Amino acid sequence: MPRMKRDAKTVYNWLERRLQIEGPVKDAALHKVPRSTASWWYVFGSAAFTLLLLQVVTGILLALVYSPTAANAWNSLNVLNHQIPLGWFIRALHGWGSNFMVAIVFIHMCQVFLFGAYKFPRELTWIVGVFLLLMTLGMAFTGQVLRFDQDAYWGLGIGVFMMSRVPLIGGALVHFLLGGPNISGATLSRFFTLHVFVIPGLLLSFAMVHVWMVLKLGINEWPMPGRLVRRETYIAIYNRLSHEDGIPFVPGAFWKDLIFSGAIVAAVAVCAMVFGPYGPGGMPNPSIIQTTPKPDFPFLWIFAILAYLPPALETPVILVAPILAIAGLLALPFVAGEGEKSWHRRPIAVLTVSFIAVAWGVFTHLGTYTPWSPHMNAWSSDAIPARYTHSATPLVREGAVVFQAKQCRNCHEIEGVGGQRGPALDDVATRMTPDEMRYKVVTGGGNMPAFGKNLSPAEVEALVAFLETLHPANERPAYDGALRETSTHNGSPPPVTGSK
Amino acid sequence: MVERSDSPHPASTGAEIGRAAEVASDLEGPRVVSRRWMLLKAGIALNGLIGIGLAIPIIRYLFSPIRPDSAYNSWVSLGTADSFPMGETRLISFTNPWRRPWDGQTVDIPCYVRRTGKRQFQVFAINCAHLGCPVRWFPQSQLFMCPCHGGVYYADGSRASGPPTRGLFTYPNKVVAGNLQIYAGQMPTLSNVPKPPESAKLVNIAAPTPEGDCPCRG
Repeated sequence: MPRMKRDAKTVYNWLERRLQIEGPVKDAALHKVPRSTASWWYVFGSAAFTLLLLQVVTGILLALVYSPTAANAWNSLNVLNHQIPLGWFIRALHGWGSNFMVAIVFIHMCQVFLFGAYKFPRELTWIVGVFLLLMTLGMAFTGQVLRFDQDAYWGLGIGVFMMSRVPLIGGALVHFLLGGPNISGATLSRFFTLHVFVIPGLLLSFAMVHVWMVLKLGINEWPMPGRLVRRETYIAIYNRLSHEDGIPFVPGAFWKDLIFSGAIVAAVAVCAMVFGPYGPGGMPNPSIIQTTPKPDFPFLWIFAILAYLPPALETPVILVAPILAIAGLLALPFVAGEGEKSWHRRPIAVLTVSFIAVAWGVFTHLGTYTPWSPHMNAWSSDAIPARYTHSATPLVREGAVVFQAKQCRNCHEIEGVGGQRGPALDDVATRMTPDEMRYKVVTGGGNMPAFGKNLSPAEVEALVAFLETLHPANERPAYDGALRETSTHNGSPPPVTGSK
Repeated sequence: MVERSDSPHPASTGAEIGRAAEVASDLEGPRVVSRRWMLLKAGIALNGLIGIGLAIPIIRYLFSPIRPDSAYNSWVSLGTADSFPMGETRLISFTNPWRRPWDGQTVDIPCYVRRTGKRQFQVFAINCAHLGCPVRWFPQSQLFMCPCHGGVYYADGSRASGPPTRGLFTYPNKVVAGNLQIYAGQMPTLSNVPKPPESAKLVNIAAPTPEGDCPCRG
């Protein structure tokens, strides 16, 4: 045993003599950090880096089998899922690793922002971090394209259509992105190159620079309210903190990084095992149009915003908002490079993060069930509840048939079933008089198409008769006061009939 | 642990090396070894020139997919015109004329053909004019609906509601020898709107002759 130990020492010394790496490694590991930074709040950066390494490893494993051609990519993913032993698990690790990485990078950014870590002298660390965030999102998008299924195909279409809005060079940009006139093999090759060579290369080098600066400039100290950052005094204050009240980075702070990173990788593995890999969904054959394209989780919020923007605002927002957002992030350390670091005294910072988090959560949630999209099969698969037609007149029943057959249900819910594009019609009779309904059905308006050309007068009458029965049992349908005055009924509002 | 008082971290080693280099360059300054410096500059200039020389073909290669729309489009036959019933809208797919052997099924491009008269057709691209998702045709309500953000179009392709700012894209079409042909090849977008080829005005679509509709038959 002692002999083996001696041999190992000899080998180590031989290597060290040539590599001379012990000094820098020791310096990096043992440099003193302020005691306050050995905190569970400071573990997200290292976790993001661990996830990046996991993605690199699982990505290389997948590339052993994946075939980056439009003709075979989808097939090779199915081979991975079903034929290669544990191929599904490696795909699941890569997919869930991606989700976790996007999430951890965002959390890391919020933490760094709230702790004022972007202030002097760490401005460049923040700027490099902004690019790391963009590249992480770039990896998420290009990765979705490599899962070459229907969502990938039409997702590319969405991306290209956004690019086509760029003035003057929009058309050229589309050709450049697609590698040709269409989404095709050339497009997949481009995105494969981006996902496997270009972005990972940049991502790894930028991450190295990022870590290098953290080592050189020191970890941001725990912000104390009232301890302001000044260019003239900060370095001295930081040195005092790290040397007078400091502990060596290893093991003082590093053990928390290790445990958290391990836990995150374990969480990825558990998710991969329990939930399995993502897709691939339907085959990337554009002539199969029975599909409801949707982007992956990190981009659902954009999908939602694109549904809600007024048409006139769309192009300006698509083209200008990302530039403003990125410029804002890059400018942040120059605008607020000094001063208060503590979130206790930065209400606007806290509000900004809270606002963005809530907005992001709401839009992402909306993106999961897309209330703005017609339900393409509602007209043929969602039945009219029986009690609506149970003791109805033939005309009302005919109206219910028209309601289904003309796809009204694709956009209008009844009893919580159907599309949500338009308003639910459970109590439409209390909101609109029959004449208003006729007018709306025939001429459309707002988000409703005009059905005038596609409905016969008899169909319109039947439909309106059916809609008129849609009101709560104890609530009168709406009626036209002026008509009432002049009608032969002489003043009595219509009786409560046809209640459900 | 290397303890230093003048800087946060072992960073100062770099600064020391820098100072050492300054001292060295004082001893062997540009004046002393001007020939070496000149040769170094010559080396940089040579590499710069070669770099520029290589950049030109690289950029040309990289941007080669950018071509005028007409380079990608050509007339594609959708089959005999009479296979499309009058007054109806049919989904059909054609093989994209611009393709590579490894494109797989992505060359099967769908489109909607609407026949409005004996020789009158409208051929709509599948892509919603909002963000390119595939619109679906509902003959009962005579509407196209988009599953992504709820764009809706009337039977003639005009915008009915939702976020699109225009109607469906239509491919230029003509009937030649009884065949319906469209001018297609690239995905239509807001910047790549399908339009007839420059030479289209030269094509003389003659009155139907007993032999067929081909204008080439004289």
